[in-house]
Amino acid sequence: MIAPKPIVKVSALRKTYDSFVAVDDISFEVFDGEIFGLIGPNGAGKTTTLECVEGLRTRDSGSITVLGLDPFRDIYKLQDRIGVQLQEAQLQKRIKVKEAVHLWSSLYRKPAADGDRLLEQLGLAEKRNARFMTLSGGQKQRLFIVLALINDPELVFLDELTTGLDPQSRHAIWELVRGIRARGKTVFLTTHLMEEAERLCDRVAIIEHGKIIDIDTPEKLVNKYCPERTVVLTAEDPRAEAYFRGIPRVEEVVRKEMRFTIRGSGDDLVTEVIRCLSENQIRVSDFRTVLPTLEDVFLRVTGRSIRD
Amino acid sequence: MRGLWQLTWIEIKIFLREPLGALGTVFIPVIVFVAMGKLGTKLFQPSELAASRAFRIDIPVFAALLIAVNAVLSLVSIISIYREGGILKRLRATPLRPQTILTAHVLVKLILSAITLALTLFAGKRYYASGDNVHAIGFTIALLISVCSILSIGFLIASIVPTARFAQPIGSVILYPMIALSGLFVPLRAMPPGMRWAARALPLTYCVSLLQGIWKGDQWLAHVGDVAVLAVVFLFCTALSSKVFRWE
Ligand SMILES: Nc1ncnc2c1ncn2[C@@H]1O[C@H](COP(=O)(O)OP(=O)(O)OP(=O)(O)O)[C@@H](O)[C@H]1O
Ligand SMILES: [Mg+2]
Repeated sequence: MIAPKPIVKVSALRKTYDSFVAVDDISFEVFDGEIFGLIGPNGAGKTTTLECVEGLRTRDSGSITVLGLDPFRDIYKLQDRIGVQLQEAQLQKRIKVKEAVHLWSSLYRKPAADGDRLLEQLGLAEKRNARFMTLSGGQKQRLFIVLALINDPELVFLDELTTGLDPQSRHAIWELVRGIRARGKTVFLTTHLMEEAERLCDRVAIIEHGKIIDIDTPEKLVNKYCPERTVVLTAEDPRAEAYFRGIPRVEEVVRKEMRFTIRGSGDDLVTEVIRCLSENQIRVSDFRTVLPTLEDVFLRVTGRSIRD
Repeated sequence: MRGLWQLTWIEIKIFLREPLGALGTVFIPVIVFVAMGKLGTKLFQPSELAASRAFRIDIPVFAALLIAVNAVLSLVSIISIYREGGILKRLRATPLRPQTILTAHVLVKLILSAITLALTLFAGKRYYASGDNVHAIGFTIALLISVCSILSIGFLIASIVPTARFAQPIGSVILYPMIALSGLFVPLRAMPPGMRWAARALPLTYCVSLLQGIWKGDQWLAHVGDVAVLAVVFLFCTALSSKVFRWE
């Protein structure tokens, strides 16, 4: 396998607001052609990190390289090659959708992507003549995604890309983002939806209190932090419970009438349960496994209390 | 300055879509100016009017100054609103240079003020016997110099006002007293020394002196001092606001 080429390199990044440390000495890389996600509770420092990488905020210390450029010094060169969607943004109240798209496409040196097609893909074709202030929250959000993609960027930053969007729009945008990756571009996003991170991201970084807790693929994070597996089944066999307790690495068997919940850890748990069933010829009428998700990982590593 | 024209054009369109946008900035000054002229011709004989300094010089200069000050106030409030709403930040996250964004806004104001002023002077021509000796080009240049320096003050205000809500009031509190003290209503000679000293310290006083002079038909040489002061104000304010300007 070829070693992945880093597109974004951040090392020892630190950012403070007065005496408050928002980003505390973090380092990571985003590789060419991947979808990289930053997840973490409110106020963890995601937006701050992203905007330092985009060159919109100054850092206190550390080094950042984006597409071989320093985002602060070479901001104009860089902005031609990247696309940015900000977490909180507005446009002129009375600008029309098509005017915004037209303005944005005139700002870049290289030929722009097809604005009409993007509007179409994001379900805004009918709103071409609408003024920005008359758009709904989700429509505004989708317009900002159109604007972020208008220059067909090599690297796209999406800060909470699907906040406030309905399931249809969310799925459409996930498709779009996968399409961006399929064309060899790189995506760097933040999200609060663990389902989104799990379905979309090749790798995620979990950040809390301005520090990165871990970076890996969603599956590996799940295996590492939440190795437990759960099997839920229904069996009428009176011998069943004793057999289940004998399965290696089973930690708990809960029985409620004929319904068993078997908890244990390790990838082999499910196989072991199935083997036990067949060896002892236990008849089951229902069988399902419950796997932990990235959300479980998130809650486990960042705690369950609400952030200020 | 890529995108300058597109942005300027879009901003003009957006401004005109504002309720009262076109009406408030372009037509109201024209109507007021014409109404004052009409009143003048009703109240006075033509010969009296021609002799009246107020009608010959002060009202046209006042109109020009007011249009300029209003343009600046509207610039200050637009910049503050754009900053507070995150619009400036969104624009800055594109290859648009900060100078381009600000220049576009200045251009919008200049263009609209020029249109307003031209319409005003044209519509009021019959009533204000300024004579044929007003040098339109000279006056335009004098006005441009004045507007640039007032705009730079506006930018400085826009750089430091904390919120959009205060932009317009703070701007007014700074700029309108400047008009009052500018020598337009009370000549500098007639002011008490303290007031005169204050008036001399205010940039609008030099705008008035320059505009009145050029409107009357003075030579530019007589106003080198005014131009120099306005240039210094412009450079100072621009330099300072480029240091303290906040984008968000
Ligand atoms: N301009 C600012 N001035 C002062 N403090 C700030 C500023 N921007 C962010 N902060 C603080 O820095 C911390 C990190 O903020 P940031 O916006 O990066 O969080 P986030 O991870 O994006 O959160 P969210 O999920 O809510 O968007 C927060 O505690 C916030 O209060
Ligand atoms: Mg954020």
